[in-house]
Amino acid sequence: MARRNTRREKLITLALHVGLLAGLFFAAFPIYWMLASSFKTNGEIFALPPTILPHVFTFEAYAAILTDPVKLRFFFNSYLVAAVVTILTVIIALLAAYGFSRFNFRGKAALSTLIISTQTLPPITLLIPFFGLVVSYGLFDTYAALVLTYLVFTLPYAVLLLTGYLNTLPRDLDEAVAVDGGSSWTALWRVIVPISVPGIVATSVYTFLLCWNEFLFALTLTKSTDMRTVPIGIQLLMGQHAFEWNQMMAMSVLGSLPLLVIYLIAQRYFLAGMAAGSVK
Amino acid sequence: MTARGPKANYKLGRQIAPYLYLSPSLIVVGLLMLLPMAMVIAYSFQESAVLRPDTSFAGFRHYRAIFGDEVFWASLWHTLYFTVASVVMHMAIGLAFALMLNSDRISPMLRSVLRVLYILPWLFTQVIIAVIWRLMLDPNGVVNSILVDLGIIGSKVAWFSSVETALHAVTFANIWAGYPLFMVSLLAGLQGIPKDLYEAADIDGATGPQKLVFITIPQLMPIIVSISLLDFIWTMQVFPLIWLTTGGGPIYATEVLSTYTYKLAFSQYNLAQAAASAVTILLISIGLTLFYIRHQKAR
Repeated sequence: MARRNTRREKLITLALHVGLLAGLFFAAFPIYWMLASSFKTNGEIFALPPTILPHVFTFEAYAAILTDPVKLRFFFNSYLVAAVVTILTVIIALLAAYGFSRFNFRGKAALSTLIISTQTLPPITLLIPFFGLVVSYGLFDTYAALVLTYLVFTLPYAVLLLTGYLNTLPRDLDEAVAVDGGSSWTALWRVIVPISVPGIVATSVYTFLLCWNEFLFALTLTKSTDMRTVPIGIQLLMGQHAFEWNQMMAMSVLGSLPLLVIYLIAQRYFLAGMAAGSVK
Repeated sequence: MTARGPKANYKLGRQIAPYLYLSPSLIVVGLLMLLPMAMVIAYSFQESAVLRPDTSFAGFRHYRAIFGDEVFWASLWHTLYFTVASVVMHMAIGLAFALMLNSDRISPMLRSVLRVLYILPWLFTQVIIAVIWRLMLDPNGVVNSILVDLGIIGSKVAWFSSVETALHAVTFANIWAGYPLFMVSLLAGLQGIPKDLYEAADIDGATGPQKLVFITIPQLMPIIVSISLLDFIWTMQVFPLIWLTTGGGPIYATEVLSTYTYKLAFSQYNLAQAAASAVTILLISIGLTLFYIRHQKAR
């Protein structure tokens, strides 16, 4: 009896590891394939039979992208827009989070519901009036058009994340400042902000990525190659007649780099941001 | 100097302060969310909007045009199929992976490595997911090559460009991209289930599957419901993935509400009618959001 049980146990453990391996193949193979293809020559991408490792390992696709000023501009634009939006979002959200976390006031519940519900607004619905506003204020094809419209989508997450973080900090800290005659403004900048660095980092990371990944608004509210961001750059590569598949893959790898780097360095912060809307 | 003294001043400050702290956010929400929402509703009742605008009242003309358009209904069904299949599979795969990772039969080292790798698909933006799956599912791509070798399909399939397979193919790509949200949340949930529930079940002689059905799943139910709702709302709005793999085609085989609306607005430049379609999507989203908020409050 006991022996059968251990054999059964072994079988279950084996089945589990087979399952885990299958899961790994499902999750990671497509990503590996993108990475491997980015180091192939364009002719080898659809070679038959497929080459698991590049026969000819080459940086040709990366070189083509990193020496093309048009494509470098896409990267510059993506970094610039994401950085500006992140700074604005974190400052505005920090103030709101402080208000939500440290004060009771009339309309608090309604306002927090309003902010939570913004998360679920369909981007396509806002796109049409945004297009109208951007055209009538002469902001079409400018950085300002992207910065302003991205704020709407980054702010709710940032407020939620930071409010959650500030709620974990003891109120004695603010009260100590108040006893010393300091205002809540002093308490915020002198006491709360310095100890909120982890929360601020998590929020910044997530905000940056939301901007970095945005496609629909960038597609519609900009037009010239000077203003395009990385996701649009990848789309432009796809639209060409002769498919440079290896360049498409290399650009995708380069475009994912900020995410991968942040994910691997700061996994904890990253997941906190990703799950912010869902588990709160 | 004033009769009120510092204490009264402090109290007054406490009353006004929260509104001051919130004001920048409220300005953003007001100008960039509430105002645009009012605008899109207004557009949908105008003869035409934005480009060569004609603000005379059009009544429900644009809504009638939308609801009389069979492509709209096809888009609605495709959206529903895409969304329901995605959410169900996200949940199934997310749960399976979470349970496997949570098992005490694997070493902690392997667990943490696999956890990092299983989350990977979630990191990529939809544009890159589209690129990856166009590479994988190309008629000459690696998926066809493997399936032909295994004898599962007789000849190469053009997954994204044939009417029969396109909708399944985009749905599959979206399933691949989205399960980690469930996995991460359920993994956190699993760790929160009290151990004594399982110990009690062991004493009663419960089997593994029984414990899964009667303890694990019921304990995870609140997370499953709330993530499903959020996933449903977000999946319904997916645009880039479909736009960049099939563009809604071939013919209208993968047209969903977002691509339908986008084409009305920016291919046909019929922004008033697109606004009517956008308002319809908004109403569906609001309905689901109210449901979600109610669920969250009940928790």
